[in-house]
Amino acid sequence: MKKTNKISGSEAVIKCLLEEGVDIIYGYPGGAIMPIYDELFKYEDKLNHILTRHEQGATHAAQGYARVSGKVGVVTATSGPGATNLVTGIADAQIDSTPMVCITGQVASHLLGSDAFQECDIIGISTPVTKWNCQITKASDIPEVIAKAFYIAKSGRPGPVLVDITKDAQFELMEFKYKKCNSIRSYIPIPKFSINEINKAAELINNSKKPFIVFGQGVILGNAESEFKQFIEKTGIPAAWTILGLSALSSDHPLNVGMVGMHGNYGPNVLTNECDVLIAIGMRFDDRVTGNLETYAKQAKIIHFEIDPAEVNKNVNVDIAVLGNVKDTLPELIELVKEKSHTNWINKFHSFYKKEFDKVIKNDLYPSKEGLTMGEVIREINEISKGNAIIVSDVGQHQMVTCRYASFNHSKSNVTSGGLGTMGFALPAAIGAKMGAPDREVIAIIGDGGYQMTIQELGTIFQTGCAVKIVVLNNEYLGMVRQWQQMFFDKRYASTEMVNPDFVKIAKGYFIDGKKIKKRENLKSSIKEMINSKKPYFLEVCVEKEANVFPMIPSGASVSDVRLE
Amino acid sequence: MTNKLNTYTVSVYTENNIGLLNRISAIFLKRHVNIESLTTSQSEIDNIYRFVIVVKVVESKIKNIVKQIEKQIEVIAAFYHTDKETIFLETALYKVKSKSLFDEKHIQKIIKNSQANIVTVSPDYFIIEKTGWREETEKLYDSLEPYGLLQFVRSGRISVSKEAMNISDILELNTDK
Repeated sequence: MKKTNKISGSEAVIKCLLEEGVDIIYGYPGGAIMPIYDELFKYEDKLNHILTRHEQGATHAAQGYARVSGKVGVVTATSGPGATNLVTGIADAQIDSTPMVCITGQVASHLLGSDAFQECDIIGISTPVTKWNCQITKASDIPEVIAKAFYIAKSGRPGPVLVDITKDAQFELMEFKYKKCNSIRSYIPIPKFSINEINKAAELINNSKKPFIVFGQGVILGNAESEFKQFIEKTGIPAAWTILGLSALSSDHPLNVGMVGMHGNYGPNVLTNECDVLIAIGMRFDDRVTGNLETYAKQAKIIHFEIDPAEVNKNVNVDIAVLGNVKDTLPELIELVKEKSHTNWINKFHSFYKKEFDKVIKNDLYPSKEGLTMGEVIREINEISKGNAIIVSDVGQHQMVTCRYASFNHSKSNVTSGGLGTMGFALPAAIGAKMGAPDREVIAIIGDGGYQMTIQELGTIFQTGCAVKIVVLNNEYLGMVRQWQQMFFDKRYASTEMVNPDFVKIAKGYFIDGKKIKKRENLKSSIKEMINSKKPYFLEVCVEKEANVFPMIPSGASVSDVRLE
Repeated sequence: MTNKLNTYTVSVYTENNIGLLNRISAIFLKRHVNIESLTTSQSEIDNIYRFVIVVKVVESKIKNIVKQIEKQIEVIAAFYHTDKETIFLETALYKVKSKSLFDEKHIQKIIKNSQANIVTVSPDYFIIEKTGWREETEKLYDSLEPYGLLQFVRSGRISVSKEAMNISDILELNTDK
């Protein structure tokens, strides 16, 4: 605890951020948050403010930063439209469990409820999409509320928090004292695990013939990658990932059998309905993972390792639930499970992979047709990055292809909008990712549709010199919607065709080097040139216009009905 | 689990916090569940508030809803109970023209038989209060309606559970950590 003379609420905000170890914030100034920006000006040597070109960009950048660094992403915005522009990013962070603290300015407290200029009930609006939110009308409340905000955002199952501060509270003088928050009596971030349930889980696992693991982001958020690896290696159980679990286990690990879900791998989906024990680790049985719940893993006993009690039995009823952080529960489990191998069972995954390779993967990665495929672009990136890059993807076909084929050696390297499916996520998220991991290569893979939703963030890249590499896979369509129109709406391509601008010129307008390629022979050299560049770089690849992503579980179908064509 | 709609009383113990009502009701809104009644008051513990919410849903849904409520930061604990597991009451007020009280002798009998109370009498109107189950307040409504009800209002359900809800223990446990 420190004591100083009286300072303004605004300065207190900055001091709180510094106490929490924040060194970078993303935001956009405006009337109701000007006192805080004025203080930021004084502290700019300690606190780097990144001016994005839209408040939504600030939220996604903060998400990208949080996802690769494991730290809390911080966003500042003004009242009214500044605050409402945060909502998409907040909702995205909520559904993908990303720790984020958003600080918004609000009109002076005597004006609350008067429909003042740029007044907006952001507390009301953000309530359903925040882990917690709070409005401050007195400067003296600032330290306690911000301490609480950081604690809530990062503890337990992380999530976004919004703190709304009226302008008068920013001006008001107060005595600054800061005490970090480490408990709230009505909040249990990590439920106590039951050794009894772990015993039961171990017994089930030890007696199983065809066990199967599906793991999610819980492994990454719990920093439990090594415990997880130890567990699968001891038990020899094949493990598949959800889209947000990607990169928790290195891509070339022999027990990594691929992705589950709508565009996941063939084997993991089909064999979900053949395993005898399904071990779900830090995942939440999203509908894109399970397909039709009536036919999901009905033959299997299900064990769920989960930090959030509200996720247990939400979508899938489980036989054993082990609450707690997998970082704590997996070591207990490892003690109790027997060393085993499941060669025949794993061979089944391999034979399904072979089928998938012949029907889908071969044509994606090594196409014989003239048109460039999204898959071969990812393969070429893999060959140069060697799986060491952070890959940020947007939403749609290119996202599925990227997550299916990108290889990863390090955790926290896959940044994508999973739960909310926010188009426009990738470009700003890549900025945050690069700032959260400045020594690593950050490659954003984006479709031509999503790119244009937040394209103005090229301005942020130019202004900051943030050396992200941007790959736009251009098929001149909103590809995923077009695929659905082709498959389920008799090819009625309602508003999915895009007439696009000259993307390279736009990049060059922001003084970002760029290139557009249409031919295979230029692909490898262009990707090399891009990755070798020390500066931001833009690469547009014109890919086949009407290619589809397979395998696919049609909406409402069973995981075992996954289609290869 | 059955698909039968049941009446459940949800009891939520919370810290006093602006916006918490919004946060809790949003959980029902998101799932398109209608709230039949909602009452908030001080609980048996200082500065701890209690919400009593009545909904008609299937059991699998109420289980999930209660967990989502309990997950909110300022919620200490949330429970759900069937009618059999709680003691519950509602209060209704009936405003009737005073003339009826004197002209229609029958009305006094109705009040007496239904164990209702006359709260106030003025030259123009008098007010009857009845506390009990929904059927009882409805029965009284039906009996009084022919005499002309000037106003009628019924409170949300208040309820206490038969089983213990050990909020103090939960609070102590969380503070110990």
